[in-house]
Amino acid sequence: MKLELRGITKRFGSLVANDRINLVVNSGEIHALLGENGAGKSTLMNVLYGLYTADEGDIVLDGVVHKFKGPGDAMAAGIGMVHQHFMLIPVFTVAENVVLGHEPTGILDTLDIDSARKLVREISDRFGFEIDPDALVEDLPVGAQQRVEIIKALARDAKVLVLDEPTAVLTPQETDELMGIMKVLAKAGTSIVFITHKLREVQAVADCITVIRLGAVVGEAKPTDSAETLATMMVGRAVDLSVTKKAPKHGETGLSVSGLTVIGDRNNKVVDDVSFEVRAGEVLAIAGVQGNGQTELAEALVGLRTPSAGSIHLGKMDITHSSVREVIDAGVGYIPEDRSKDGLVGDFTIAENFMINRSYGPPFAKGLNIDFANRERIAAELIGDYDVRTPSQVTLAKNLSGGNQQKVVVARELSRELNLLIASQPTRGVDVGSIEFIHERIIATRDAGKPVVIVSTELDEVTSLADRIAVMYRGRIVGIVDAKTSRETLGRMMAGATV
Amino acid sequence: MSGAADTPVVGRGAAVMREIMSGGSTRAILSVVAGFIIGAIFMVFSSEEFLTAAQYLTSRPTDALSAAWTAIAEGYSALFRGSIYNYKADDIVAAFRPMTETLRFAGPLIASGLGIALAFRVGLFNIGASGQLLFGALWATWISTRVSLPWGVHLVVAMLVAILGAAAYGAIVGFLKARTGAHEVIVTIMLNYIAAGILTFFFRTPELLREVDGGGTPKSDAPAATAQLPLLLGPEFTLHAGFILAIVGVFVYWWLMERSTLGFRFRMVGHNADAARTAGINVERTFVLAMAASGAFVGLAAANQALGVQAGLTPDMDGTIGFDAITVALLGSSTAPGVLLAGLLFGAFKAGAPQMQVIGLSPEITGVVQGFIVLFIAAPPLVRAIFRLPPPQKTTVIADWWQKLTTKGDAK
Amino acid sequence: MSTVVTPGLFSQVDVSVSKKTPYLMAAFAVFVLVAFGFAGKTEIVAFQWSKEDDLIHLPDFLVASNIVGLVLGVTLVAIAVVSFVLAQRKQVTPMWLTLTFGLLAVVALLAWLASGNTLPFAFILGNAVVLAVPLALGAMGGIMSERVGVVNIAIEGQLLTGAFLAAVVGSLTDNLYLGLIVAMIGAALLSMVLAVFAIQYLVDQIIVGVVLNVLVLGITNFLYAQWLSSDGQNSNFPGTFPIIPIPGLSAIPIIGPALFEARITTYLAYLIIPALWFILFKTRLGLRARAVGEHPLAADTVGINVARTRFWWVTIGGLVAGLGGAALTIGAVGAFGRNMSGGQGFIALAVVILGRWHPLSAAAAALLFGFSIVLRIWANQVSPGIPTDFITIVPYVVTLIAVVGFVGRVRAPAADGQPYIKG
Repeated sequence: MKLELRGITKRFGSLVANDRINLVVNSGEIHALLGENGAGKSTLMNVLYGLYTADEGDIVLDGVVHKFKGPGDAMAAGIGMVHQHFMLIPVFTVAENVVLGHEPTGILDTLDIDSARKLVREISDRFGFEIDPDALVEDLPVGAQQRVEIIKALARDAKVLVLDEPTAVLTPQETDELMGIMKVLAKAGTSIVFITHKLREVQAVADCITVIRLGAVVGEAKPTDSAETLATMMVGRAVDLSVTKKAPKHGETGLSVSGLTVIGDRNNKVVDDVSFEVRAGEVLAIAGVQGNGQTELAEALVGLRTPSAGSIHLGKMDITHSSVREVIDAGVGYIPEDRSKDGLVGDFTIAENFMINRSYGPPFAKGLNIDFANRERIAAELIGDYDVRTPSQVTLAKNLSGGNQQKVVVARELSRELNLLIASQPTRGVDVGSIEFIHERIIATRDAGKPVVIVSTELDEVTSLADRIAVMYRGRIVGIVDAKTSRETLGRMMAGATV
Repeated sequence: MSGAADTPVVGRGAAVMREIMSGGSTRAILSVVAGFIIGAIFMVFSSEEFLTAAQYLTSRPTDALSAAWTAIAEGYSALFRGSIYNYKADDIVAAFRPMTETLRFAGPLIASGLGIALAFRVGLFNIGASGQLLFGALWATWISTRVSLPWGVHLVVAMLVAILGAAAYGAIVGFLKARTGAHEVIVTIMLNYIAAGILTFFFRTPELLREVDGGGTPKSDAPAATAQLPLLLGPEFTLHAGFILAIVGVFVYWWLMERSTLGFRFRMVGHNADAARTAGINVERTFVLAMAASGAFVGLAAANQALGVQAGLTPDMDGTIGFDAITVALLGSSTAPGVLLAGLLFGAFKAGAPQMQVIGLSPEITGVVQGFIVLFIAAPPLVRAIFRLPPPQKTTVIADWWQKLTTKGDAK
Repeated sequence: MSTVVTPGLFSQVDVSVSKKTPYLMAAFAVFVLVAFGFAGKTEIVAFQWSKEDDLIHLPDFLVASNIVGLVLGVTLVAIAVVSFVLAQRKQVTPMWLTLTFGLLAVVALLAWLASGNTLPFAFILGNAVVLAVPLALGAMGGIMSERVGVVNIAIEGQLLTGAFLAAVVGSLTDNLYLGLIVAMIGAALLSMVLAVFAIQYLVDQIIVGVVLNVLVLGITNFLYAQWLSSDGQNSNFPGTFPIIPIPGLSAIPIIGPALFEARITTYLAYLIIPALWFILFKTRLGLRARAVGEHPLAADTVGINVARTRFWWVTIGGLVAGLGGAALTIGAVGAFGRNMSGGQGFIALAVVILGRWHPLSAAAAALLFGFSIVLRIWANQVSPGIPTDFITIVPYVVTLIAVVGFVGRVRAPAADGQPYIKG
């Protein structure tokens, strides 16, 4: 089916998220939609899928203009979507999730679960997915969950399949498998729209590329174009994809973790006998696909989770069972993975957010009271030094863009006297300009002689920032290697292969 | 992304007007107005004259209308006479007494309202004001009727015991929530009934707190004269120092929530407990502390009820304070000045009740008005829709001006 | 919103299931064994199984009070041991076992209170059922609302509304069925307000619920004082539904008269509870509703109208709760009294939690609470050593223990209480 988007415009208040976007996807074509975080790709797809209504413009399928009042209409027209954040009900089975919304029924509206099971098995076998229809979704590994999402779309006879940032949670090998599936589907006639910000994938699988920046189409590209060309189109200026850093100046051991084990929420060892050391003036990156225990490891280091075995030492100090406050006071800076949930209080002002983890004494407190004068002064300084774009320091944090929010968090942590910096997914959902800024600051911290631990699922970020890389898989450290290790090796390690 | 570029192309005056109209205080005032309108409707339909006149509405509509108007006017003027100024009174004292009655009733409402407001801001729903009040009052009554202490000390100790008792009862809730995750709505409501049962038992048992030479009904002795809250305006007016306690509470609350670091942490937990935990706050301990603090403010009301009388107490001394406190906190938007004003308003309602009863209007009508006021307050978009108010504005003309006025130096 | 992912293929760990339940059970079991058994009263209790007019008349079962205490105490200890063993095997104690434990404990308490007296067991069971009906129906209304993700604190207001309208309308029109219908509609309208506020206006659902309760209490109090108390003959004298025995079933000894000689409100409850279970778990309608309560965004993306689903389930839940309210007046005592529901709406909420948002478990929990309320009425007549005030608070203490002791183990619908905001 041929998909055309003509002049799609979508506004949110005064913000123009999509600006007269044109897109043509032919039958059986894999069309990549390339743009950095915040460019408007997801908004466009939500319009296509009926979750949003466009303010202007048309959606044309095989020459027929469609108006979608909701996802139901879009699905009926043959559009299927595989979302970045899975739209699956964890406590339902695979079969229930797949048929939700178009369930087969018997008498009295009873659910015909057998038909549902059959449907799942049929599609699953066609592509070799090996999914058990009666498994609870919450028990499945991430790659399997994504396949359920795909089955969901295919079960509704999708003629256009939209994949929104599908590889964020896959190992390089699983990514290759996914791209294989995409090619098979395309050959069978399905049109595929593939949304991403990763240049490598676009070059590997796309037939044609549309680049979006700040809500508007900047141009078309070919997969044979160079990475630098594509990056420049994405960002709008010349982009240097490398980060320059000096050779590390190693000091004594800053952080030492030994035999650390953490029990997760589902009675499993999410961190399984992990040991590593980080020296002063060095960056250790914990790499791995999302969901292999890195999040829990970072939380254990900071004191948000209690290890059931093992130890954590900061210099000579044992912080294994320290509370979060003790860890903070010991000079550990923490940039959490989910800034809106854990890093900032959205309803507080920027100034207030600068003091959320330092409210017990100077500089932000004077006895039992808040030191307003000092806070105002410090906030002004930090906003200036870290280039936080905001009308004032009393703007509420939730009103800032993602990149600026992250800069507030980074400013808050790096403005303290640190003995260790832990940064978890420091540039997730952040625009390129802010990414560069944050990377610079992290390197500066390392050059100032502090140990730094980065947790990141972005292999590019890992290889450019790290001095050494520890790869995690299913809670264990598969290996600790030098930063110059090849992507292929790293990819295999991320899938569990030991070096 | 800058907000400054969003200033609309309208005059400053219009921007200010729009800002006022969309602000929280406007909504609060309009909710009160809307509540009064509903109250008027109830008054009309409770009036005998109107009901009879309504039967021949089509032939002589003016009768029904004038009956309706009379009902409303009589109802609200009775309220006024009972709560603010009795222009029909014989002497000066009786004329001004309504005002003092309002203040007297407002005291415990303000105090307990502050307690509920504090809990709200920490993200907790404290429906247990009546239980906390009764529990605090229990111990205060024990001190005031069974223990002898010198003048001054007696009162102070009784007050402290009321505050601590109520705080402890509140802390139980926080503790259970922190330890077991039990939802505080159900826990506080169950504790209300339990406290009532315990208090009734104490007031019924002679060895404990039952009044000497008492009958079968549960009742305590009157508090000793040295433990009573002193009258503020002499024996002709019933206003006692309980009101002062409430005012002190207002200032303490304001300082706690707006100026202190503890209040800062309370508000942090209320907005985002996850971020607070990541920032090193012990959220569970905060819950316990906040519920204890909440109970402590209710304890001021307990002291008011237990020590502000010259007669024995009964187990229903809490009256409707449990839910009144919630409505006060909601109408006052959980801020110190808001709770103060809301408490005064609802105190006026209570003070006006006897006068309304005189003209045959059941005093429960104020409960109806109160309920509707809070319903409107609880749904900002509803009031906006009814009165066609503009949505919250991006312009901050007033807010900026206020900011400049209240902070030192330049806001960047 | 993060990708909720746990690969689930980590090595499993030998982590034990919490021993909270077995320890609590053991504590209660020992208490019963000692207080009602070893140290129990020695007078004879006459368990009266049947009333005079029953078809099959069983003779009274005479036994010493402390024997009952001993036997039941031992049984309770056995159950506690089973629970402990299950916990050792990392298995959770099933809810039916916990509820059985609760029921047996209550029976032991009754036997102790009734020593030297007759324990009209059938009468108590019958009353427990009658008292459980409003709780169970209120809980069904609560389940319907919470399963789609709307917290319903306003059950109390719905019960009160239903009770008031049933009594007044039934009295004014001399037609109890009309009263029943108006009661249900009234409570549904109240639910509608909750639904609209929660869905359309995105207001905090708990606050709306509390406010609605306050409002209904205020209005019914006012109308009672202004109107009903002076005009009672006309407006507050509805009578009650007739008791209709079901032929055959009502002849079953012991439970027959209790369960099958009841009013229509009770019989409707018998129909609604299993029907709700069936709809929620076996039909398409129920699957979609549960999806909305777990992950409204996911439901939206497959074309389910979240707002409409929530609206209708909450509103119809109100109908059911209204029926429960009617059961309080025209299904039980007749006239309306101030604050007729007296906190039962909140007990219904506890029933929802204890029953894990599952209609059948909730119904069983409601029965347990019904027993505890019967205690309050009946124990006063049989003078025990316990002050009446403490008996009065037993239902509330039981609720508190239930909510505190068991809530940690249950999982609410994931999106319960969160307003759904469309882009």
